[in-house]
Amino acid sequence: MTIDLILLVMMTIAALWAVMARSLLKAAIALAVTSAVVTIIMFRLASPLAAVFELSVCTGLITAIFVSAISLTRPLTHAQTIAMSKNKFRRYWYLPVIMVIAAAALFLLKIKVDVPLPQVLAIDDVRNIMWNLRQLDMYGQIVLILAGSFGIVILFRESDKDGS
Amino acid sequence: MEANNIQLFSIFGIFIVMLFIAGLYCILMTRNMMRALIGLEILTKAVTVLLILAGYVTGNMAFAQSIVITLIIIEVVVIAITAGVILSIYRHTNSLDRSTIRDLKG
Repeated sequence: MTIDLILLVMMTIAALWAVMARSLLKAAIALAVTSAVVTIIMFRLASPLAAVFELSVCTGLITAIFVSAISLTRPLTHAQTIAMSKNKFRRYWYLPVIMVIAAAALFLLKIKVDVPLPQVLAIDDVRNIMWNLRQLDMYGQIVLILAGSFGIVILFRESDKDGS
Repeated sequence: MEANNIQLFSIFGIFIVMLFIAGLYCILMTRNMMRALIGLEILTKAVTVLLILAGYVTGNMAFAQSIVITLIIIEVVVIAITAGVILSIYRHTNSLDRSTIRDLKG
């Protein structure tokens, strides 16, 4: 339980860093750190397949997409960054306070979770569920991935008209 | 639910709510579209951990994992398409500020 608590605190701090980081690149890296910690939490909660997906896709692919998208935009100058960060600090300092208040309120209220448990499925193999029980969803996912890849090709291509 | 599982759910639940608040606050307060996308990603992280936790507590681990795999796939498609849309907007307006998108206002 102690390791879980440390991991949860790390996850929250990394998420807070992602929201409050001055530069976008640092925010993207903080997001990758959050994903990595979430992966370890998933391993701890006995979900190795989902954890591997999280690690490869969220920590790897999404960070690569973010970094490439950020590199295609013009960065702010040093003076602009300092001016923005002052304004940003004013807008964002409420966030840690709100988070701590919400956590304390939840801890003190001790809301009882007393919902009836769902029926445990007889199949306990992920591959079996994905390919037999959720067959239609899988076809939907394949179509979605194809649509996504076509969308990326269209949206990320360089425009020929203005020569950019 | 067993007492041990209730305690686990409560402790994880507090941190999941904190993560959710961080993501929501980021989306609501930022003017930078790329940072709003990061907020959306943090929201999805909170939901992912909640799904895995629910699966662990109820004993439906395999089903929870299959749902999370679907969630991650849809998440990456949404992020990639949205990043492309944001880049297209940036090419037109030369800014990532969402207040500059006023062409379709009214």
